[in-house]
Amino acid sequence: MAETKGTPQSGADILVQCLVNHGVEVLFAYPGGASMPLHQALTRFGDRLRTVLPRHEQGGGFMAEGYARSTGKVGVCMATSGPGATNFVTCLADAKMDSVPLIAVTGQVGTHVIGTDAFQETPIIEVCRAITKHHYLVQRTEDIPRVMKEAFYIASTGRPGPVIVDVPKDLQNRAIIPDYDPPMNLPGYRPQRAASREQLEGVLALVRHSKKPIIYAGGGIIQSGAALYLRQFAEKTGIPVALTVHGLGGFPSDHFLCLQMLGMHGTVYANYAINDADLLLALGVRFDDRVTGKVSEFAKHGKIVHIDIDPSEINKIKAATLPVNGDVCQTLKELVALLDADPSLGPKSNAYADWIRQVEEWRSQEPMRFQDRDDAIMPQFAIQRLWEILRERGMLEDTIVTTGVGQHQMWAAQYFKFNSPRHWLTSGGLGAMGFGLPAALGAQAAHPLKTVIDIDGDGSFLMNIQELATAYCEKLPVKTMLLNNQHLGMVVQWEDRFYESNRGHTYLGAGFEHEPYPDFVALAQGFKCGARSVERKEDLDDALEEMIDSKLPYVLDVLVPYQEHVLPMIPGGMTVRDIIKA
Amino acid sequence: MRHVLSALVQNQPGVLAHVSGMLASRGFNIDSLAVGETEDPVLSRMTFVVHGDDTVLEQVRKQLDKIVTIVRVDDISSENYVERDLMLIKVQANSAQRTEIALLVEMFRGRVVDVSAVDIMIEISGTESKIVAFIEMMRPFGILELARTGRIALVRGRPMSKEAQ
Repeated sequence: MAETKGTPQSGADILVQCLVNHGVEVLFAYPGGASMPLHQALTRFGDRLRTVLPRHEQGGGFMAEGYARSTGKVGVCMATSGPGATNFVTCLADAKMDSVPLIAVTGQVGTHVIGTDAFQETPIIEVCRAITKHHYLVQRTEDIPRVMKEAFYIASTGRPGPVIVDVPKDLQNRAIIPDYDPPMNLPGYRPQRAASREQLEGVLALVRHSKKPIIYAGGGIIQSGAALYLRQFAEKTGIPVALTVHGLGGFPSDHFLCLQMLGMHGTVYANYAINDADLLLALGVRFDDRVTGKVSEFAKHGKIVHIDIDPSEINKIKAATLPVNGDVCQTLKELVALLDADPSLGPKSNAYADWIRQVEEWRSQEPMRFQDRDDAIMPQFAIQRLWEILRERGMLEDTIVTTGVGQHQMWAAQYFKFNSPRHWLTSGGLGAMGFGLPAALGAQAAHPLKTVIDIDGDGSFLMNIQELATAYCEKLPVKTMLLNNQHLGMVVQWEDRFYESNRGHTYLGAGFEHEPYPDFVALAQGFKCGARSVERKEDLDDALEEMIDSKLPYVLDVLVPYQEHVLPMIPGGMTVRDIIKA
Repeated sequence: MRHVLSALVQNQPGVLAHVSGMLASRGFNIDSLAVGETEDPVLSRMTFVVHGDDTVLEQVRKQLDKIVTIVRVDDISSENYVERDLMLIKVQANSAQRTEIALLVEMFRGRVVDVSAVDIMIEISGTESKIVAFIEMMRPFGILELARTGRIALVRGRPMSKEAQ
């Protein structure tokens, strides 16, 4: 047994045992010279720990993110030194921006050659400092259990984030007698944050005295598991809820208080409501520029309550009237408890009737809409039909959606409705193209029985298309609905709006006189995945059904016009008055 | 406004790189940064002098505090604290000028640490304003080289590092 005291074990075996001890069931690992001892160890733990082999380290990193985002658990990926490790850079930056608990283990050249520009040596810790929550270059084999314990603790507590652990090869090979439960050495890390009673009462007093309150809820709701309490709080107070792209699913989209997404491509009514509100309850959000537009104009008519676990987010972009540095789940839970104990602390019933009436008026005047066509499949229509078919089949709760980055991502956010957390995985902060397919594979590995659909664009999909091999070989039957417009659609949209439609290398095809390029069906079939291409609207439903029912990984290539813009749109740095409506 | 931040950090490789990288990548301008071991070998103290309004300072402090290896950060500007900067300065001096320079060194409570036929090296410590004043006094003689440690500071009375434990 690996845990037997007194038996020397290699650093690699110790590290893998630590993964098992911390509850890791699957990791995504691509081997190489400096991580071979780790992979040899993984073969010895095959019965307890599944190793998924991606086809590119970036794919492995995004898979670990898909795993983490869909479960809330720490995702683990592994790569060798040098180029293996640098291929994690985008994933780590992505996990940092979106607060995803991730541990990346990288092999490093032996300690005796570190600093000599050895083969496949990069100082990956130096590279990754600014894009990780924390980082370790392991110094001694004896330190491995403590480092791994700290890495899991740091990645998963407070505001979650990525941790990189760089392990020189000689330390992987060296055998010692391990202590699997060493004390942590983190005197400066205090992740627990709680609101004071005074702050909680202050929040409720502001709510009581407001006439037009609104909740602006983000990824913190999902990360902290606060969806239930957000719903209770919204219902008890009657305050409408607008969601960020990462907040989607944190509050049911079919709830009458849900104003859907706010911000650059949010609903008109959500943005009107934010602008008009006299109290903004900002819950687990960071006032990203894609939400605020021009910061000085954002929510400028109201007081701001900002509840966030990360003190550095408070007053970073927008000064809060009442800053609350606390875990948003715990804080909402306590607010609900206060309201339960003494309803007079909250607003009177129907206190916001006029406000809700106003919001409803905006909602009915400015619903989400697009100009549908019969001679083509509109991208919005394809997403709407996908959602409708899954709903009719009662599959929505068992469906996880991932995306690439661009127009298709925003349309998915607008037209696929999410009612519960962790069903929607997207690269929001970093906006990393190529995220969709590998993230879907990671989610599928975590949820073998769920339907995992990557709604992707042809640009993003091609960035990590090699992961179709992972899908097939690892039996991860993810579905890709490819909205193929032969362009980098979002950049094209900005070219149309701001650069007189001059195409700056945004066309991805091989010439308009040719067939769409590349042939995604042939590519998918080359990977032995199911595939089909549709161009006519009347074929779409049948093709979607075929995709959903496929037992194999499947690529549905949906040919869509490229001229369509994502609307509504508040151009970057502008205000709600500049909104471009559909 | 001028602020003095005092931070206790874990004495580990890479902490200084982490801190200076964070400050640079977030666009914070630091006038002075000094680092050295403390009475406790596992902790180092970093002293920062930062100019900025309260919003900037709040962010600098919070971003520093967010670094896992930083144990605590205090803005000691409003406290009763002692601040020192140590300078070595090499000045042109022939035998005729040495007496005048030596007098100035005495007035500033500095120390002559090296003399040659053509120059003189002086060690002096004190507050930033004193150091700057001394540099100005030396300028007419011709400053050949100077090195400064950057500001270090400690609050009177209260032992910060003990509280951290």
